[in-house]
Amino acid sequence: MTYSIFSLARHALSGHKRWPLAFRSPAPAKAYDAVIVGGGGHGLATAYYLAKRHGVRKVAVLEKGYIGGGNTGRNTTIVRSNYHLDANAHFYEHSLKLWEGLGRELNFNVMYSARGVLNLVHTPAEMDAAMRRGNAMRLNGIDAQFLSHDEIARRIPNLDCSPDARFPILGGLLQPRGGTVRHDAVAWGYARAADALGVDIVQACEVTGIRVDGGAVSGVETTRGFVATPRLAFAVAGHSSVLAAMAGITLPIETHVLQAMVSDPVKPVLDTVVTSGAVHFYVSQSDKGELVMGGDLDFMNSYAQRGNLPIVEHVAAACLSLFPSFGRLSLMRTWGGICDMTMDGSPIIAKLPVQGLYMTGGWCYGGFKATPASGWLLAHTIAHDAPHELNAAFTLERFAQGRMIDEKGAGPIPWMH
Amino acid sequence: MLLINCPYCGPRAQSEFTYGGDASLHRPAPDASMDDWFAYVYLRDNPKGAHVELWQHSAGCRSWIKVRRDTRTHDILESP
Repeated sequence: MTYSIFSLARHALSGHKRWPLAFRSPAPAKAYDAVIVGGGGHGLATAYYLAKRHGVRKVAVLEKGYIGGGNTGRNTTIVRSNYHLDANAHFYEHSLKLWEGLGRELNFNVMYSARGVLNLVHTPAEMDAAMRRGNAMRLNGIDAQFLSHDEIARRIPNLDCSPDARFPILGGLLQPRGGTVRHDAVAWGYARAADALGVDIVQACEVTGIRVDGGAVSGVETTRGFVATPRLAFAVAGHSSVLAAMAGITLPIETHVLQAMVSDPVKPVLDTVVTSGAVHFYVSQSDKGELVMGGDLDFMNSYAQRGNLPIVEHVAAACLSLFPSFGRLSLMRTWGGICDMTMDGSPIIAKLPVQGLYMTGGWCYGGFKATPASGWLLAHTIAHDAPHELNAAFTLERFAQGRMIDEKGAGPIPWMH
Repeated sequence: MLLINCPYCGPRAQSEFTYGGDASLHRPAPDASMDDWFAYVYLRDNPKGAHVELWQHSAGCRSWIKVRRDTRTHDILESP
């Protein structure tokens, strides 16, 4: 069924009691042409593009919990493509272009809001870095605009732009097309669209083993039985190491926890996304009115999906140093999501060294904005058994070859990216 | 918040420590193969469960200590 003003009106007349389910919940079949492990945004997008763009219809998505119940529902919903290095810039810009048309593509309102993403600059060194990155973005055809102190003070009246601020603001780099997307809608929209193309989305089905025969994948063991497939892909960021280990592969990844938190909801006070690298903080206001905030990792390996208080305190302190008036609000909820932290801070969207095995992962704490392009490119890689030019650099082998894509120049210390 | 036992200072809050990462890695000999060096620098077992790791008591006595901690629960299983 197509969602439209007419279907809305028709169902309004019957009291919204007859809406059909958006997608089926089938039991797994015995065999598929391709199996995707992980029913988050990345896995569902991969299945959707496999069916839509490459005509691979006998596809299953296996999810151990419920769809969108992992990192897709735990991020802070920000989308942007303000990267410096070419491989990242082209990849994330492809993703942002897909975001811009995604609501229409999926016939599902993902609430893409191009409210802009502003990176604050507090020091002359940061000013140089922001100018350099902004110029690199513009050379790559990506929108970037440097805002002066006065322009920022005019646009964001709550921000402390006074010279007495703890970290005085000198300016900022704005990407106007950046913004936010409703994260749950991304999972639901891709699930519904993939299901309509015949993809089986199997929930409560955990992968417990991988069967490899003669160097090639032949299927997966799951809590709901064996599923045969010649092509298997992981979209399980946070648990990539666990899945890869089932196939005997050790990854250049550590799993770390990243926290996020929201204030109680208030009337509109902030109409853009504000970030500060210097104080490790970012904030936006959700459509429900909550201020959605985050900062650094907890700086220790963790699969726990929850963090510790020192980071919450750090984020709150950073928030108040920039927005003193937010001190009247209280924190309503905090939570954590677990992230694949790679050794160069960039993802892996690639074939793995077992025939028929693929992965998208290593998203560090920036996976949400990559969702459409990650699925688009993993689907291409699976269908052609070879990468697209946009993910050709994001291989697993680059670490051994010295072809790191290290945006921050932090080196092989995964929690520093 | 973790309560980490420092052998010199006693139990202290996590906020006094700096994380040092996986303590199970062994630095290869200078003439070891490229594969050994690659594994040491880049590859991690990244266990879901018991993880042996380094912490430095950076706001205290500055000693490096080895802790075994469960990455699923954050429970400290063993400390000096």
